[in-house]
Amino acid sequence: MNGMRKAFVLLLLCGVLAALLAGCGGGGQKSAKRELKVYNWGDYIDPEILKSFEKETGIHVIYDTFATNEDMYVKVKSGGSDYDVAIPSDYMISRLLRDGLLEKIDFSKVPNYSKIGAKYKNLDFDPKNEYSVPYMWGTVGIAYNKKMVTEPVDSWGILWDAKYAKQIFMLDSPRDSIGITLKYLGYSLNTGNEVELAVAGKKLVEQKPLVLAYLVDEAKDKMIAGEGALAVVWSGDAMFMMEKNKDIAYAIPKEGTNLWFDSMVILKGTKHKAEAEEFINYMTRPDVAKKNVEYIGYASPIPEVESKLPEDVRKNIAAYPDAELLKNAEVFNDLTENMPKYDKVWTEVKVAQ
Amino acid sequence: MGRRFLAYPYHLWTALFTVIPLALIVYFAFTDRYTAAFTLDNLRQAAQPVYLGVLWHSVWLAGVSTFLCLLAGYPMAMILAKSGVRYRRMLAMLIVVPMWMNFLLRTYAWMTLLEKNGAVNALLAFLGLPPIHILYTDYAVLLGMVYNFLPFMILPIYSVLMKMDKSLLEAAEDLGADAWTSFRRVTFPLSLPGVYAGTIMVFMPAVTTFVISRLLGGGQYMLAGNVIEQQFLAIGNWNFGSALSVLMMVLILLSMVGLSRYDKDGSGGYFL
Repeated sequence: MNGMRKAFVLLLLCGVLAALLAGCGGGGQKSAKRELKVYNWGDYIDPEILKSFEKETGIHVIYDTFATNEDMYVKVKSGGSDYDVAIPSDYMISRLLRDGLLEKIDFSKVPNYSKIGAKYKNLDFDPKNEYSVPYMWGTVGIAYNKKMVTEPVDSWGILWDAKYAKQIFMLDSPRDSIGITLKYLGYSLNTGNEVELAVAGKKLVEQKPLVLAYLVDEAKDKMIAGEGALAVVWSGDAMFMMEKNKDIAYAIPKEGTNLWFDSMVILKGTKHKAEAEEFINYMTRPDVAKKNVEYIGYASPIPEVESKLPEDVRKNIAAYPDAELLKNAEVFNDLTENMPKYDKVWTEVKVAQ
Repeated sequence: MGRRFLAYPYHLWTALFTVIPLALIVYFAFTDRYTAAFTLDNLRQAAQPVYLGVLWHSVWLAGVSTFLCLLAGYPMAMILAKSGVRYRRMLAMLIVVPMWMNFLLRTYAWMTLLEKNGAVNALLAFLGLPPIHILYTDYAVLLGMVYNFLPFMILPIYSVLMKMDKSLLEAAEDLGADAWTSFRRVTFPLSLPGVYAGTIMVFMPAVTTFVISRLLGGGQYMLAGNVIEQQFLAIGNWNFGSALSVLMMVLILLSMVGLSRYDKDGSGGYFL
């Protein structure tokens, strides 16, 4: 009797175990659902859009952010990360392309590409437009608080004015901060000339006592809270600040600035190419793109989106600067062998006491 | 005795996560970025005055913050050790509970508190005191370090004080020592192992931190940890970053050896 009971319990246990395993098996099949890993700048998408994309397509998005192009590059280049889609800037796209880290996009799967304005296609970093779809574009400029800065802001030189000591935020991003200094000095922001770079480095070290902090995303909150008078910012961040604090204005200095394009690319070795193309197509759909630019404040490369925005946004130079202001603007080139020179200058600026 | 195999997972763990990474750091430090050939250039570059200056600045800040932690932590540990059981438990909770919250979050909070128009200045203005502008200076970094690492100073000292034989204090009193003398001659010397342990536990994270100095120092007061982080993450020069790390490890090792001389019974737990 006892023996039989034991046998029965054992049988029951086996049954339960089998049921559990079967349950696991079923779960396993479910977890094979479609996934996509996206690597984007911090604060650079309307989170609602990720949710609606997941809902519409059933693709689960794993979303990570980076603070600068260089951070992104180091992580992608060193391997180990398995991102499918990234949204780097122009010069970084050339660099990724040169290193063979990009996958060709099948544009038949991205029909919304036709919505992109002609002037944002076939740009230098992707001349035949095979690898990238524009996401946003913009400029680098000076956001300033009109209550603290009453004089007109039209030159980068104001960032070296001792009057604003400890009220200046610089971008903690080597290419941007060195780039605007080069422009201020009248050089190209793609220079490889060591003398010019050394002068720019010296200028930045000279500026250091006036700088309150070198920030990237935090600068927005600080400027909105009135913690500083001047900040070097990307145009879309300026839009965001102006919306939250009416005292903030944006200027593109006369010496010229950096005109940039951030584009969506598919990274080499992706196991989710179809999902990646679906994502890129979704982000380029006019209604989605409009919702996105309204949230993040940058400029859309889709004319249909631009025309539907309210007039004060279309007229705002932080969003859609006119050609006159971009006269002296330059797009970053990939620096290739000159990159270590910039690294050296930036390291010296940052360690200077 | 035959249970040695139980330690194998531990050996494997140590090899995988301590020995191999260390070996890799040393390998990168001594090889060229592009050719992977043996070179001393990285170390030579790391020994340049600007980087030594940064290193010195980090050691100085970490030293000051360790000293401040000791100054604030020792009395706290004594109060803790002397109070009754229930009160003590509550106090210990008050020290430990903030550590349950994310370290980054707490440091971000300081960033907002210390703003020009932040809560601290609002309070000072309310009290009729002049505002302070310490965010993005060494003072804010020091404050962040002391705030974050203080429990690591209090707890080891407290545990040593708790274990101390109280009859020694009674004996000192019987022999005519006043409170200060018995502290100076009995309590303090006996608590030294705890002080050393606390010192190491505060100094090490403080000298290598890059988060506190980045958030509260605003990216301009570069400490050794920031330079290393920048080389690895932003610039991608692992070799130079490794050379700086090696230099730093040697420095920490030397200071530990220096301190362990005083720790005669080895109860400080330096090699935690």
